[in-house]
Amino acid sequence: MATRWFGASIPRIEDPRLLRGRGTFVDDIDLPEMLHAAALRSTHARARIQSLDTTAARALPGVHLVLTAADLGELLEPSPLLVPHHALTQPRTQLPLALNEVHYVGEAVAFVVADSRYIAEDALDLIEVEYEPLPVVHSLEVAEALDAPLVHADVPGNVAAHLVQTVGDPDAVFEDAPHVIRETIVMDRGAAMPMECRGVLARWDAHETMLTCWISTQGPIPIRNGLAAIFHLPEHKVRVIAPDVGGGFGTKIMLFYPEEILTPFAAIHLGRPVKWIEDRREHFISANQERSQIHEVEYAFDDQGILLAVRDKFLHDAGAYTPYGIIVPIISACTLPGPYRLRNYYSEFTVLYTNKVPVSPYRGAGRPHAVFVMERIMDRIAKELNLDRAEVRSRNFIQPDEFPWDVGLVYQDGGPTKYDSGNYQAGLDKLKALLDYDNFSAMQAEARQQGRYLGIGISCYVEGTGIGPYEGAQVRVESDGRVFASTGVTTQGQAHFTTFAQIVADQLGVDPKDVLVTTGDSQAFYWGVGTYASRAATIAGTAMHLAAAKVREKTKRVAADLFEASPDDIELADGKVFVKDAPHRSLTLGQVAISANPLRYAYGENARKLMSIKLAGPRPGPALPPERGAPGLEASEFYSPPHGSFASGAHGAIIEVDPKTGMVTFVKYVAVHDCGRVINPTVVEGQVHGGVAQGIGGAFYERLVYDNEGQLINASFMDYLLPTAAEIPPITVDHVETPSPLNPLGVKGAGEAGVIPVPALFASAIDDALSEFGIRVREMPLHPRRLYEILREAKDQ
Amino acid sequence: MQEQEEETPVFTEESDIAVTVNGHRYEKRVPVRLLLSDFLRHDLHLTGTHIGCEHGVCGCCTVLLNGEAVRSCLMFAVQADGMVVTTIEGMAGTNSDLHPIQQAFQEKHGLQCGFCTPGIIMSVHAMLHENPNPSDEEIRHELSGNICRCTGYQNIVEAVKLAAERLRQQQREVQ
Repeated sequence: MATRWFGASIPRIEDPRLLRGRGTFVDDIDLPEMLHAAALRSTHARARIQSLDTTAARALPGVHLVLTAADLGELLEPSPLLVPHHALTQPRTQLPLALNEVHYVGEAVAFVVADSRYIAEDALDLIEVEYEPLPVVHSLEVAEALDAPLVHADVPGNVAAHLVQTVGDPDAVFEDAPHVIRETIVMDRGAAMPMECRGVLARWDAHETMLTCWISTQGPIPIRNGLAAIFHLPEHKVRVIAPDVGGGFGTKIMLFYPEEILTPFAAIHLGRPVKWIEDRREHFISANQERSQIHEVEYAFDDQGILLAVRDKFLHDAGAYTPYGIIVPIISACTLPGPYRLRNYYSEFTVLYTNKVPVSPYRGAGRPHAVFVMERIMDRIAKELNLDRAEVRSRNFIQPDEFPWDVGLVYQDGGPTKYDSGNYQAGLDKLKALLDYDNFSAMQAEARQQGRYLGIGISCYVEGTGIGPYEGAQVRVESDGRVFASTGVTTQGQAHFTTFAQIVADQLGVDPKDVLVTTGDSQAFYWGVGTYASRAATIAGTAMHLAAAKVREKTKRVAADLFEASPDDIELADGKVFVKDAPHRSLTLGQVAISANPLRYAYGENARKLMSIKLAGPRPGPALPPERGAPGLEASEFYSPPHGSFASGAHGAIIEVDPKTGMVTFVKYVAVHDCGRVINPTVVEGQVHGGVAQGIGGAFYERLVYDNEGQLINASFMDYLLPTAAEIPPITVDHVETPSPLNPLGVKGAGEAGVIPVPALFASAIDDALSEFGIRVREMPLHPRRLYEILREAKDQ
Repeated sequence: MQEQEEETPVFTEESDIAVTVNGHRYEKRVPVRLLLSDFLRHDLHLTGTHIGCEHGVCGCCTVLLNGEAVRSCLMFAVQADGMVVTTIEGMAGTNSDLHPIQQAFQEKHGLQCGFCTPGIIMSVHAMLHENPNPSDEEIRHELSGNICRCTGYQNIVEAVKLAAERLRQQQREVQ
């Protein structure tokens, strides 16, 4: 069957609701009798709690509950370790409320429930906490020092994990290599900063013994399972809904945040709905962050610019806890080889605790760091050998006929790091054409004569997407012919209400507008994992496709019986089901759905019309013959990939640097992207635009600055600068489509791609713009002042 | 601790206000410290106005106050007494078509998660009222008071251009 909706840039189905202000974000839900919560957070990065007095807070009129660690009973358990790993020998996870000691500024110490958020915050001011400050580990350098203070008294050396992976025989290659370079490459902390902060609303229904939670999360089903265990409830008595989610970017795949346990606990305890909404300052100091790594990298190459071997040892900053295991550094280690034929690679990382907000994946999740390192290597090889930067990359690319390409490393999901397909040269060629790469040097020379410093940068990357374990989908045709489609993944802006509808519409011959997609409601679909790792379209999308295909087959069988035709001759199009070459023998999809459900009573227009159509009578025997299985036109299917699929891309930009101020402006930005077959090009381009903007933010504007006491000193939007429309340039996007052989749709993930190559690209362009000063960028993010300092250092030498 | 009781904050002071929101006149008694954003969201249940930072930077809470775009998180409800407020819910009637600005945002894919979108639409509404034919640069400059974390702004700029064109067309037809 020729697909029709797949690949079309249809407008988003979810938009009118959101545009009218009728979205339903957690804080938009208002329940009768609802109370409001606020959290008291540690003001110290590391301290012993000497006393905690809540007397005055409890006495404040309008306060219903004040919780401290002492009030939690059996709930006072460290939250679960989400992704254990044998190399993570010292995992530590957080208590819902700190007991005796705090480990970062922002750690929850007490939780107040009151008539309003205003009163709850008044009560926080009345809680008296005496802290005995302890020495603070505020950076990786401090954490690593021999005489370092300990973040957790029982974790020697602050070492949470240590992992070595080796491919080939790098040591032997280094011994004879013609060129060897060693350098230190650093990336500092940033954060996802979704526009909607976190939020939890919990309602306990004592009559139904049912806990319902609305949570701004990327993983409602794992939370449902966890809450059921924590509160000793059957899983089907806990419903977790991720309604409209105002951006996640990884921060909201973390579970359990303390408030996700404390809010339902308070609701059960008080017998009234309780809402907790994080404010922006809380988000800065209590929602997970990422990115801080220090790489000591050594690389060997030959006279032709072929990369022979890499030895990379890096430190990864875990923050105060490791709830998400060591996923991020594993991804860094596995992403570093990138699109290149690296056959000798030693990777070693050490995960260190620091007294900072815990680290879990943020869009890109370990990849921007790795791409930064590898692309710095490519640029350096070009410089050392006086070769063109694009040419060095081309010489090292894995070729289209070399797939599947096994990198030789174990990936984050425990499976092989195995590239399913790709065409890296095609992407780079497209990029060069769109960037007018070959004519840039003339443009650059002309600008320099006018005293302007232009630079061009390129960056290539490979992104592991579409990982397992699995997702599922249920598709059901309702009596009115509309299609209900649900899955356990969530939506926080990715257009799943549209793209999943496109996938289902193709199978059932309906308009996507008639496919009503539900995501992230544990009652609508019981099984699933979540939206992260650029996996929703690939894994849940494939499950949608499989379920819809099954419904299509059943529709054909039911219609074949009604028309006394062969199922092979039944076609579905335009909401109708008909016999091929005899379109007058036709029913609506809704009528077939009614026929598939042998009720005595059928309602509605479709049912009335059905009565008047002359069709084959029921066969003798059971009303639901065994070969038909269940009633109705409904199916659930699951998809579990053999391993992740690997998307790729090449980005390039022309920038202008003002050496007097360190300010950088973008002259041109081009992103060429390959995520396999594209479901909705406009949506994918939007994802790339947004990723690039976050990448530019992460490369030049956004850096979380902690002082020596572990205080985050830029915890507001006034001081932590998210890029605005004035900073982000127009972005040209083009696609290469190398289908994934791993799934029937041929798709790969697209969500994180945009952000990944930007720091590397930015560094490449700055080096080029300031080549006469001999600049070599080895750190990210760079803000204007830091770039200015680097320039001065270079001039002083 | 003995002094504590005397210091216990008392924020119970209330005041009567009359505000016209989206054409409806509301007379309410509100705590004087209640933010306008919370008044709109929680007292009037107009939850389309979102709160992204509560320090006046992100622009999610932008509404029109006597026709001008303001941050409703930086004002108390009592300060809006006697004024006319338009929120996102007032841009298009319940059953009517989307406003041309909203329509353009859908056509140009100018939103993803949709959280910042109501604030941006209100800012754009005010912007196009002031300047019906803005250049790309002017649009980007004017939009810099609203943060969007999803779109990278490009399609928002395109949407504003399309909306401006259609509104100018509408204006010509009226004349």
